[in-house]
Amino acid sequence: MTQIAPAIELKGISKSFGPVQANKDISLSIQPGTIHGIVGENGAGKSTLMSILYGFYKADAGEVFINGTLTPIPDSQAAIRAGIGMVHQHFKLVENFTVVENVILGAEDGAMLQPSIAKARKLLTELATEYGLDVNPDAIVEDLSVGHQQRVEILKQLYRQADILILDEPTGVLTPAEADQLFRILGRLKDEGKTIVLITHKLREIMDVTDTVSVMRRGEMTATVKTSETSPAGLAELMVGRKVLLEVNKQPVTPGPVVLEVSDLKVVDHAGVERLKGVSFSIRAGEILGIAGVAGNGQSELLEVLGGMRAATSGRVTLHGDPIDLTGQSSDGQSRRARGIAHVPEDRQAEGLIMPYEAWENVAFGYHHDPKYQINAILMNNAAIKADCADKMARYDVRPPNPRLPARNFSGGNQQKIVVAREMDRNPDLLLVGQPTRGVDIGAIEFIHEQIIALRDAGKAVLLVSVELDEILGLSDRVAVMFDGHIMGERLPDETDEKELGLLMAGMSETKGAA
Amino acid sequence: MDFLGILQILDSTVRLATPLLLACLAGLYSERAGIFDIGLEGKMLAAAFFSAAIAYTTGSVWLGLLAGIAASVMLSLLHGLASITYRGNQLISGVAINFLAAGVTVVVAQTWFSIGGRTPALTGGARFYEITLPGAEALSGVPVLGPIYAELISGHSILVYVALAIVPLTWWVLFRTRFGLRLRAVGENPAAVDTAGVSVVGMRYAAVVICGVLCGLAGAYLATGLSAGFVKDMSAGRGFIALAALIFAKWRPWYALYACLLFGFLDAAGSRFQNIETSAMLVVILLGAVAAGLVWAGRKSRLDMAVMGGIAALLIGVIALVLGGVGLTGTATIPVQFMQALPYILTVVILAGFVGKAIPPRAGGEPYVKER
Repeated sequence: MTQIAPAIELKGISKSFGPVQANKDISLSIQPGTIHGIVGENGAGKSTLMSILYGFYKADAGEVFINGTLTPIPDSQAAIRAGIGMVHQHFKLVENFTVVENVILGAEDGAMLQPSIAKARKLLTELATEYGLDVNPDAIVEDLSVGHQQRVEILKQLYRQADILILDEPTGVLTPAEADQLFRILGRLKDEGKTIVLITHKLREIMDVTDTVSVMRRGEMTATVKTSETSPAGLAELMVGRKVLLEVNKQPVTPGPVVLEVSDLKVVDHAGVERLKGVSFSIRAGEILGIAGVAGNGQSELLEVLGGMRAATSGRVTLHGDPIDLTGQSSDGQSRRARGIAHVPEDRQAEGLIMPYEAWENVAFGYHHDPKYQINAILMNNAAIKADCADKMARYDVRPPNPRLPARNFSGGNQQKIVVAREMDRNPDLLLVGQPTRGVDIGAIEFIHEQIIALRDAGKAVLLVSVELDEILGLSDRVAVMFDGHIMGERLPDETDEKELGLLMAGMSETKGAA
Repeated sequence: MDFLGILQILDSTVRLATPLLLACLAGLYSERAGIFDIGLEGKMLAAAFFSAAIAYTTGSVWLGLLAGIAASVMLSLLHGLASITYRGNQLISGVAINFLAAGVTVVVAQTWFSIGGRTPALTGGARFYEITLPGAEALSGVPVLGPIYAELISGHSILVYVALAIVPLTWWVLFRTRFGLRLRAVGENPAAVDTAGVSVVGMRYAAVVICGVLCGLAGAYLATGLSAGFVKDMSAGRGFIALAALIFAKWRPWYALYACLLFGFLDAAGSRFQNIETSAMLVVILLGAVAAGLVWAGRKSRLDMAVMGGIAALLIGVIALVLGGVGLTGTATIPVQFMQALPYILTVVILAGFVGKAIPPRAGGEPYVKER
């Protein structure tokens, strides 16, 4: 057997951003024709490493070998020449261009477009049959589903004759069925001899599709193992540096009386598009209702209406049997909080926090009318707020526990803990929580999940919206699936699986009951 | 009005539309690449002054044209430096350029020529003159077509034909060449261009320089073609009207031509019909129709109620005045100021909501920062 040079070999890569060392002396070797996974918590340095490989950043030290040859990569142009293609987590597509225009952008054959377009159209047809990458070349990108947009990104790389494909969190926006399709495509690409690097935080995907996997922690490569010789629990331990509970520990609870009753809720947005098309459900005390669905199917609007951030068009919502004002004077977040509804919004940086403000200021938001935050009718008691913030930071394990630090200086997980502390510590009757662990590291995920369960065990109602099916299945007592502004169906987590939920998420109507 | 009268209005429509068209296309290149440019006005003004000044001192209009373009490109590069290299606010930079040009032109003009911030009148080789296309004289006798050719098509300055030729050229560059694809992409999603290995900064500077060249042509035409010399503030808001036309045209070259011709026509009509004696009845009917149209359009396009109400009230007030003053049967005089204000009024009305859905380039106004 002849010795094959590794497709990618990194030697001693280091990179610092100011005082933060994002990559410390990283060495890695990836064999050609394999799928290699890279896992690690947020901020572990995965994306930095891949950005160095793609020429987005320049490493402070270290060498990159491609197919055994020392290859300096000063810019993206050099990476493309070396046969490296990257599919970014947030697609780099021009949304109002056609597929074929996006594919040729930056890789045109000459000053005129027509020859390139003809060539690309022909190649797209070939690739469609070869890899199952079926996309209409003349479709406008923004009209395509997210899954198809991702195919355009992959096609872009193949058009540039990339032999090494880096995919950064590729399944975050996909339905389970779309993710399966993606993995089938990756499998075929691998069979054709392409080398694939998969960056993800979903351990299940790593176990399913990769041949080898590397784990990064705090800028260092802590291990590289054969996937067949490891387990999710083992990988999680390597990522965090301690044992982690992957399963949520949850005792059965007998639900109490109905807390929230939503009937026939409809929302038309400012563009005239109907986002909620008659949604009805109820949540009892001591119960977590999980709302699953691909992002953009009305879950955000549902949270916003219930949280008082958006007016409903019609429908009726009651809390403990008393109606909630959906359109009038008291349909704002302040009135909702006064009635015991707390809201951990989906986007903590846009809706949950004011990033340049300090932690203690953020902790008071929405509750700044609280008498204990006041000295008199005019002055606020800043010292009391700071003390309260320090207390919350200690109990919710926010690091560093410094109330004077601006919100943007905390990591994603700690930012989320600040929001969670503010909203949950008031002991609300109903907690609305959207994407509680998006962009949050495993350690913080575990903590936030425990807090949500604790609230439920204390007899409160929780509405959980998440695009992470694992999270929905792990936490919820009941699961509802949203598609296109409708609730497609409700399931008990023990009696369903990802496949069935995936079909509902894709808009396939009820399978049970129809027969 | 006779046939020749109509031809003369259309003839000056083309003349007056030309600086608008050049400035509008200048803005089109810049904004398509994601750099908003409200400094068109200032660049035109600077180009107008320097072209007139250099044309006067050298006696060559071509050297003047080059000087005008150079001045405009310098200001463009300043805008580029502020908004591309240093990622500053594009609106502020544009406003600064307008102020700078308004002040510098007058001060320098006074220093150089000492005749109250103007340049001396340009004569001889220091001006662009109308060129007569071949056969115009011979054909002018032919009924209908002859006068159209001789009056309307022939007999403009060379810059008018240049401006008209740039319209199809711009369309071709934008939609048929690699440069155009990248230019449009950089205004929509610079990150896509960057990851494709193309320099965002380079593309944006290229667009800004093209913008400067076209603004330079516009300004030079103002001072050496349309007029014979520079006077203070001679651009008279044309840069802003060009921006309105650009929005009206939805950032498309052919639409830009139509929009600029419309503005040019209003300008031409305004200067031809100074004091119109007309039937008061006609005025009332016209204003009533405009008010009704506004109310209707406002309902359709959600034009802000206050603005709409204000305009309607104003028009009704004018109607009442006319009725009170002269009665329905008398004649009314439309004041010259109203006619001259027509292009500007149209600008306000168009921007207030008659354009329908105009989607600007999505990355417009945003400096590009590589994300971490």
